[in-house]
Amino acid sequence: MRAVITVIGTDRVGIIAGVSAILADANVNILDITQTTMQGLFTMIMLVDISKSNIDFEHLSSRLSAKGDQLDLKIRVQHEDIFKSMHEI
Amino acid sequence: MINPYEIFETINMISHENLDIRTITLGISLRDCAHPDMDTLCTRIYDKITTVGGNLVRTGEAIEQEYGIPIINKRISVTPIAMVAESAEGDFVKVARALDRAAKELGINFIGGYSALVHKGYTTGDTRLIESIPEALATTERVCASVNVATTKAGINMDAVAHMGRVIKKAAALSADRDSIACTKLVVFANAPEDNPFMAGAFHGIGEPESVINVGVSGPGVVYNALKKLGPDADFSEVAELIKKTAFKITRMGQLVATEASKRLGIPFGVVDLSLAPTPVVGDSVALILEAMGLERCGAHGTTAALALLNDAVKKGGVMASSHVGGLSGAFIPVSEDSGMVDAVRAGALSLEKLEAMTCVCSVGLDMIAVPGDTPDYTLSAIIADEAAIGVVNNKTTAVRIIPVCGKKAGDAVEFGGLLGGGVIMPVNKFSGQVFIERGGRIPAPIHSLRN
Repeated sequence: MRAVITVIGTDRVGIIAGVSAILADANVNILDITQTTMQGLFTMIMLVDISKSNIDFEHLSSRLSAKGDQLDLKIRVQHEDIFKSMHEI
Repeated sequence: MINPYEIFETINMISHENLDIRTITLGISLRDCAHPDMDTLCTRIYDKITTVGGNLVRTGEAIEQEYGIPIINKRISVTPIAMVAESAEGDFVKVARALDRAAKELGINFIGGYSALVHKGYTTGDTRLIESIPEALATTERVCASVNVATTKAGINMDAVAHMGRVIKKAAALSADRDSIACTKLVVFANAPEDNPFMAGAFHGIGEPESVINVGVSGPGVVYNALKKLGPDADFSEVAELIKKTAFKITRMGQLVATEASKRLGIPFGVVDLSLAPTPVVGDSVALILEAMGLERCGAHGTTAALALLNDAVKKGGVMASSHVGGLSGAFIPVSEDSGMVDAVRAGALSLEKLEAMTCVCSVGLDMIAVPGDTPDYTLSAIIADEAAIGVVNNKTTAVRIIPVCGKKAGDAVEFGGLLGGGVIMPVNKFSGQVFIERGGRIPAPIHSLRN
């Protein structure tokens, strides 16, 4: 299963490091990564493979969300199908 | 990888524009629960609902978590209880209490199907059920009732229409201490759909399978925000096109969640209901959409045309996004549940008569309308008759969910709480339709019902 991780907030040191450390710990593979600034906000999107993850989705989500709180960012992880189904036919 | 702008568009719809899945409704047939002993019947109903629906809330929450889209309600609809309990001796209210206990056990907020279909006449079970509705709704928390009094094929059962006026008054009186809240859980239908996932009118129709998953989407806030960005210079072709595209995206979410819930629960997928369902949350309003089209206030002349466009565009966009569409599918205009509608009533822009006109072009009907507590039962019946006529003649679903709030008069504030919202008591026409209602009998089916 593939998921999309989105990070929105103010740019600062250690965002990618912080997120990738959690993913490495959970054995989640990063497939693609992109970052940009949209309407003055730092945004990062990661496509990840969670099929070999050693923790369940709920825990991964709460760890990422807690990291977001710590870095003053909003970090979400969502199944990629929600985006595919809305934007692809 | 998916386009980043599209990813953020989806996230923005969910986090800022109130996009959500309004309900996953699990329909369960209770036909195999029938039993001559009322207590045994209640036990069988409770056991079946809690067994079949045991994983509903958990599954809904897991989908919510993984896809990051809120699923506001997980609900259950059952076979009309008038049929299930017809052969049982004793008080039907016991069944309502069993349904209420099952709903509490499963952690769902509403269970629908305390219902009877009497568009052509009553069976003994229908009579007993309808007579028990006021007590059933006043003494339970989560049970929803509905009665179908008319169809295009059968015409309007005016005896049932007259009866329902009295039932509504009694339900209001029995819950007088809580702003007559029992009436918020009672819908009087014409052409009731058998696969509607929305409360209070949901029931599991007799042509439905053993169990089924139906999903209702939401998203007035998303349509409103899209229209706001379009600006006042766009013509109606552009407005309709934008609504269609937005409705498509919203409905795709519903289809995804419905398919996933069906797969995980091992229960067949029925329909996605395309309705735009507002909530009392500011910005999540159908009235605001109509105002964004250029009306000073919802209710101003032009409102019916605006709503007709909205309703049609939502269907056209939605139908392409889902494999099976059903239920009510259209824009809802429940007054107390839509903060923009409440504001329009307060401003004197929106009247009961205008709402009636609006129901000719959108789904449902006069929904969540609070009227003075001293409104006579025959006036409530006459309001129901008018709505039923609109539904029957136009071959569409209409319904009345009206609350004569005990002790309150036009202009008073009323509060039902939660998704049911609140608002202000609307005045009703003071002239009487009593003689008309007391005639009884059936209004014949219209000529265009003969289509064979």
